[in-house]
Amino acid sequence: MSDKEVMNERAPIYLDYSATTPVDPRVAAVMIPYLTEHYGNPASRSHPYGWTAEKAVENAREEVAKLVGADPREIVWTSGATESNNLAIKGAANFYASTKGKHILTIATEHKAVIDAVRELERQGFTATYLEPEPDGLVDLAKFKAAIQPDTVLASVMLVNNEIGVIQDITAIGNICREAGVIFHVDAAQATGKVVIDLENLPVDLMSFSAHKTYGPKGIGALYVRRKPRIRIESQMHGGGHERGMRSGTLATHQIAGMGEAFRLARIEMATENERIRMLRDKLLHGLQGIEETYVNGDLEHRIPHNLNISFNYVEGESLIMAVKGIAVSSGSACTSASLEPSYVLRALGRSDELAHSSIRFSIGRFTTEADVDYTIDLMKSKIEKLRELSPLWEMFKDGIDISKVQWAAH
Amino acid sequence: MAYSDKVLDHYENPRNVGSLDKNDPNVGTGMVGAPACGDVMKLMIKVNDAGIIEDAKFKTYGCGSAIASSSLVTEWLKGRTIDQAYAIKNSEIAEELALPPVKIHCSVLAEDAIKAAVADIKAKQAAKQAA
Repeated sequence: MSDKEVMNERAPIYLDYSATTPVDPRVAAVMIPYLTEHYGNPASRSHPYGWTAEKAVENAREEVAKLVGADPREIVWTSGATESNNLAIKGAANFYASTKGKHILTIATEHKAVIDAVRELERQGFTATYLEPEPDGLVDLAKFKAAIQPDTVLASVMLVNNEIGVIQDITAIGNICREAGVIFHVDAAQATGKVVIDLENLPVDLMSFSAHKTYGPKGIGALYVRRKPRIRIESQMHGGGHERGMRSGTLATHQIAGMGEAFRLARIEMATENERIRMLRDKLLHGLQGIEETYVNGDLEHRIPHNLNISFNYVEGESLIMAVKGIAVSSGSACTSASLEPSYVLRALGRSDELAHSSIRFSIGRFTTEADVDYTIDLMKSKIEKLRELSPLWEMFKDGIDISKVQWAAH
Repeated sequence: MAYSDKVLDHYENPRNVGSLDKNDPNVGTGMVGAPACGDVMKLMIKVNDAGIIEDAKFKTYGCGSAIASSSLVTEWLKGRTIDQAYAIKNSEIAEELALPPVKIHCSVLAEDAIKAAVADIKAKQAAKQAA
């Protein structure tokens, strides 16, 4: 990009809340005193610096527990959802391998932090099943049940998908796991503040959380570890025995206080916020559906209102990324310098490479305005129209030619 | 991915976008690439009786560099003979647009499109003479 262009361009509109959220200013205000004034180590028992920090940590633990219907003693601080997923999956699999077996069941559309943790267990001698979801992104319960083996030790299914926003039926899946005696882990990084979570009544053993998807700071998360019936995990981080030995390391008081405040705000404001966001999402959806040959990726009903993932047919992925510079969104293509890699999530739904490449994930959040949505609709309409004007495939489609039946010269 | 100013210029303001009448005996069409590979270029040239390219139009499904490569060659083709057109090398296109190594294939595709369009017009001319 030229310097001139950088100067002429205003900051793009942020529609990538599923990647991360800004820290809510109210959250930042709560965090700051723990950096400069109350800087004690929460593990220090011998002076008020430590006591104040410990109080902040325990208050935050209570707030996190409250949002998800858990007991504060079931919350373990981690550095984020990636660590929580690793701790839950490797920790439980290793602890129960000798009694339950060495097979892991997960879903092909899970976050990489789950997929790669399971792959690591495979390298250590476990076996794994990566179950394909249905074309709408949801897990088929009968197929899930059938995929459980006598030696399945753990299943991991995300509550809300990061790319397509679909909500899995965690209650039904958890009940299947309970019946089979399989430990059930849920990655809920994308779910907090968006869907109601009541762990007291959910058949879930382990659940991962992140602060920075819910207007808290990056670098802090939590793992829920059920007490009744008690779930045991092998720690992955060894040291001072913090967090009842499950996760050693000095607690980051300011980060934790921020996560607590972010989750408190989420609990109080979730209902009204979701209503507003659903209104904005529906407006965006309606506007973009005015464009011909668009395909929504993932089920629309079992889905958080914050997410809209749409493919624009006959438009090439990389040129689409160039076209939407006015908005900060995520693309179904990971554009590396050498080539485009289509999203593995969209591929798992059975989308063609072309449709996967031409997808955009719009994710809406607390600070998105109606004007942002209007701008986005206009931008997408004009850019898609321009790129299709250029597209020989669009011309062929308009002439009634079935592109899948054309004999293309290899190159 | 950083694009050169010339690529951005052609991407933002593509020249000679469109189609010519493919049934016109003086129009040659070259369609190269494949959707699965992420690039399809369609180049059409209109050649007068003296063998000079009077008009050139393109449509491209592909990245910014592919769009720019095809836009550029439509500018170059006008006024050239079909033999001069046939002689255009991908390296000239890549150099003009300052394409990075990973985008050289876009210029190769543009050269292929020219060659395919020229072959098409020559086939049409041969058919006309045979008739």
